[in-house]
Order: sequence, then C-alpha cells, then structure tokens
Amino acid sequence: MNEGYIPILFMLALATAFCVVVVILSRLVGKRQDSSEKLMAYECGNIPTGNARQRFPIKFYIIAMLFIVFDIEAMFLYPWAVIYKSLKLFGLIEMVLFVGILLIGFIYIWKKGALEWGSRNI
Amino acid sequence: MEQQLFWLWGGIAVISAVMMILKRNPVHSALCLVVVFVSLALLYVLLGAEFLAAVQVIVYAGAIMVLFLFVIMLLNLETEVRSQGLSRVAFKACSLAGTGLLLLLLLGGGAVKALRAMAPEQVSGVPGNTQAVAELLFTKYLLPFEVTSILLLAAIVGALVLAGKRD
Repeated sequence: MNEGYIPILFMLALATAFCVVVVILSRLVGKRQDSSEKLMAYECGNIPTGNARQRFPIKFYIIAMLFIVFDIEAMFLYPWAVIYKSLKLFGLIEMVLFVGILLIGFIYIWKKGALEWGSRNI
Repeated sequence: MEQQLFWLWGGIAVISAVMMILKRNPVHSALCLVVVFVSLALLYVLLGAEFLAAVQVIVYAGAIMVLFLFVIMLLNLETEVRSQGLSRVAFKACSLAGTGLLLLLLLGGGAVKALRAMAPEQVSGVPGNTQAVAELLFTKYLLPFEVTSILLLAAIVGALVLAGKRD
C-alpha cells in the first residue's frame, strides 16, 4: 500500500470515531421525550402528506441511465488526460472517435426529446 | 498493517453484502450496497489501484446507486416486500449454495490459481498507476476501448426504447 494514504486513514478513523462518540453521548446524556409530533417525518416544517414512497415517473429512470452512460464516458477521459501529451495526435484521434460515437447517442436523445422535462414523447 | 486493513475492509464488505440480502426494506438494502461498494473501493486502494478505486466510487456508489434507487421507487416495492419475503426453502438453498462456494474457494486453491492465470499482466506503476492503466488502455487495449463507446451507445438507445411510449 502507498504510504501516502496513512493520513487519509487517520482522518477516516477520526471521523468515524467522532460520529460514534457523539451519537452515543447524546443517547447517554440527553433526555428523550418522544411525542408523535417529534417522530413525524420532517418535511421542512409542513405537515407531511402521505408516505414518501410514491411511484416515480419513468423519466427519472431515463435521466439516471443517461447519467451513468455519460459518467462512464467522463471516466475514460481521466486516464486519457494523464497521458495525453505522450499520445500526441494519435490520442486525439482515438478520443474524437470515442466521443464522436457517443455524440451520435447524445444527438439521438436530444432529438427524441428525452431531455425535455415538461412535455410529450416519453 | 496492510493485512489487518484487508481483513477489516473485506469483513465490512462481506457483512454488508449479507445485510443487503437479509434486509426487508429495499431502500435499506440499497444503503448496504453502498457500503459494499465503498469498502471494495478501499480494497482497491490497498492494492495500489487508485484509479479503479475512484471509478468504483464515482460510477458504482454514485451513478449506479442512483439508478437502483430510482428503480426501487419506480416499482414501489414496499407493499410487496411486507407481504412476501424469501421463502424458507429458497433461503436454505441460497445459504447452502453460498457455503458451498465459499468452501470451494477456500479449499480449491486450484480455482484461485486459475483465476490468477486469467488475470492480465499486472499494472503496478509505483506512485499512481493511472498512467500505467492509461498506457495499456490506449495502446494495447485500444479496440476494446473503442468498442466500449458502441456499447454505451447501445445502452443509450436501449434505455430510451425500453422506457419510451409504445405507439
């Protein structure tokens, strides 16, 4: 393992310990008086209307799916950027091809109207 | 130190994976899955694969978990979950199969050896192996990389076609 990660490990342990200690302390020291108002789901001060579990429109699913695809595309840009200089023109052509193919998909979803929130099609 | 940390992250990963299966509430299962993903990322860091660790957190714990949550919301599983769980027979069968697999992996060193032989050459550039990964990806594994874009394109079209209205 890389030695440089020791401070991060230390911070992780410290953060975890802090959370655990604070939660346990507030349990031990604090008073607990539960009332039905206190245990109500917090909705920014409004009185909650029904369960949080409602069926979501399928649009959310499409957005999530597209997010994954373009997230993966972005992930490939990181290693490419690291060695971009040594790849020279060849690297540029590679990446233009890669992004170009995905651009077709992007134009497709745009034309299909999947990025419009309010209306029609999907 | 490294050994202990491996057992710590590995233990957390296995325990939260088991919790993910046993939890009745699908959202709780999803949260357990996030813990599994993060502990896997920590294992990657332990192996010196920082790039993979970052990808694990950004793509899996980020994007894919969002999709899972949306799918849980989409299907609105809660009412079904309350009424019917895993049947007793299915539970027994699953635990038997799992134990068998574990035994196989522990005892059959041959399987581990075979897996090792299958693994591509080690990428272990000392500080930050992102560069080593990149060099392999853009030279030797160039074709798979370009094919990935077509795979992603198929995913885009597939998502839209599956979710779209039927005419």
